[in-house]
Amino acid sequence: MLELKNICFERDNKKILDNINLKIDTDKFVVITGPNGSGKSTLAKIIMGIEKPDSGKIYLEGKDITEMPINERAKLGIAFAFQQPIRFKGITVFDLLKLSSEKEINKAEACDILSKVGLCAKEYVDREINGSLSGGELKRIEIATVAVRNSKFTIFDEPEAGIDLWSFQSLIKIFEDMRKIVKGTTLIISHQERILNIADEVILMKQGKIEKIGNKEQLLGEITGKPLCCKLGVN
Amino acid sequence: MDNIDTNLLKEITGIENSEFKGAYNIRKDGQSVQRQVTENINIVTKKDVSGIDIYVKENTKFEIVHIPVIITQSGMKDVVYNDFYIGENANVVIIAGCGIHNDHHKDSQHDGIHRFFLEKGAKVKYIEKHYGEGDGTGKRILNPITEVHLKENAIMNMDSVQIKGVDSTIRTTKGVIGKNASFVVTEKIMTHGEQYAKTEFEVELNEENSSTKVTSRSVATENSKQEFCSKIIGNTKCFGHVECDAIIKDNAKVIAIPEILANNVEANLIHEAAIGKIAGEQLTKLMTLGLTEKEAEEAIINGFLK
Repeated sequence: MLELKNICFERDNKKILDNINLKIDTDKFVVITGPNGSGKSTLAKIIMGIEKPDSGKIYLEGKDITEMPINERAKLGIAFAFQQPIRFKGITVFDLLKLSSEKEINKAEACDILSKVGLCAKEYVDREINGSLSGGELKRIEIATVAVRNSKFTIFDEPEAGIDLWSFQSLIKIFEDMRKIVKGTTLIISHQERILNIADEVILMKQGKIEKIGNKEQLLGEITGKPLCCKLGVN
Repeated sequence: MDNIDTNLLKEITGIENSEFKGAYNIRKDGQSVQRQVTENINIVTKKDVSGIDIYVKENTKFEIVHIPVIITQSGMKDVVYNDFYIGENANVVIIAGCGIHNDHHKDSQHDGIHRFFLEKGAKVKYIEKHYGEGDGTGKRILNPITEVHLKENAIMNMDSVQIKGVDSTIRTTKGVIGKNASFVVTEKIMTHGEQYAKTEFEVELNEENSSTKVTSRSVATENSKQEFCSKIIGNTKCFGHVECDAIIKDNAKVIAIPEILANNVEANLIHEAAIGKIAGEQLTKLMTLGLTEKEAEEAIINGFLK
């Protein structure tokens, strides 16, 4: 279980996260949604250790990880898929999957993971993760680097951001199959209704606070009556 | 050959225990010490200057020529002239390189002047690796000059690597490229301490559909300094592309000076240069995979120079 206690984060005199208290149970599939600027991505980064809270505590399975650096949190079982996947000159998909995996993996195992995220493995395994890859391809590779870790707690920061509608349609299928790929707890920051549909729990954030926690049905009325509705129901 | 020789040869050629096969010439401290020729590849000592002529017969396929140079005498300045004559439609791999071991205070220097003459349709993969080691305060200096002449449809791929231990280097590469011929250069350099590395690249694209592609990736750390100067001259319908990418750390300095000169409206010449530190987001991504910041930095540099 992951627990956040009284998390505050302020920048430029703006409260990005305003006293967040949250418990996420083990093996749950949880979606955080909410308008742009509501603090969702900052919250995800604070869980991974990419950002440090000004105050408050973070516990993973009862252990205080608030001061723990990113790499130690990773070793403890937290994984993070970036909203904007990072490019590396010279590093191939296989190199990155080898770095990602806790155990030694061979090319066949790397190809297996790539197939699961909808990439033709032979075509991609030796490609450099550089500007020659499209946004959709980078997203899939990013998901693969996270899936290969078999982490206890996996975070996806807006997996749908920056990809075209066609890539999105097939990407959404991957998330629908996510339970088969990623073990443990999954936390997705998303605006997409099809992702909300498969959540055990939906957390609605507004202006740095948690507005409501419930299932999709419970929150849909709350969401659709507000400006956020324009971001939902793309499909 | 002693252990130092064997290790130097391994560093620059990757071959264990100096067990070379095929055609080869090993030069140590200014002298040829071992040589082997094959039916298709002959190696002849030059009479006027120090060096060798390498003759590859036409239509020779998939043979490898090794011409490593090692220097173990501190204070030695070795200059060698090697000329390669590659027959029509031959396809060979040539592995050169120089390793210097210097345990003393005097500077050791090797200047290798290599000229390549590729006949019509010949293909050469040329690999050169430079390496220095030893505990002495004497500098390890390498100044290779490569001159390439490609006739119609010839292709030359040159991989140049300098990763460790060379205090000062000026690497000059010149090329004259014929019709439909192609010259592809990839160089990888890493400097540290007070090291200095300069690349001078000048290619003339004189005949129709001649092309060149140069990719330079370098990492400059500590107080080291690097210069990358490239000049491509397009005199006809041709294609030239130079890409210079450098990662800079600490107090290092990198200068990239591009020059592309089109003397013909059909000349298509491109130069790209980027110098910068390791992107923070790259480090963060690798740290989310469990690497420490130092491990992440090493992985990024190793990938960049791979």
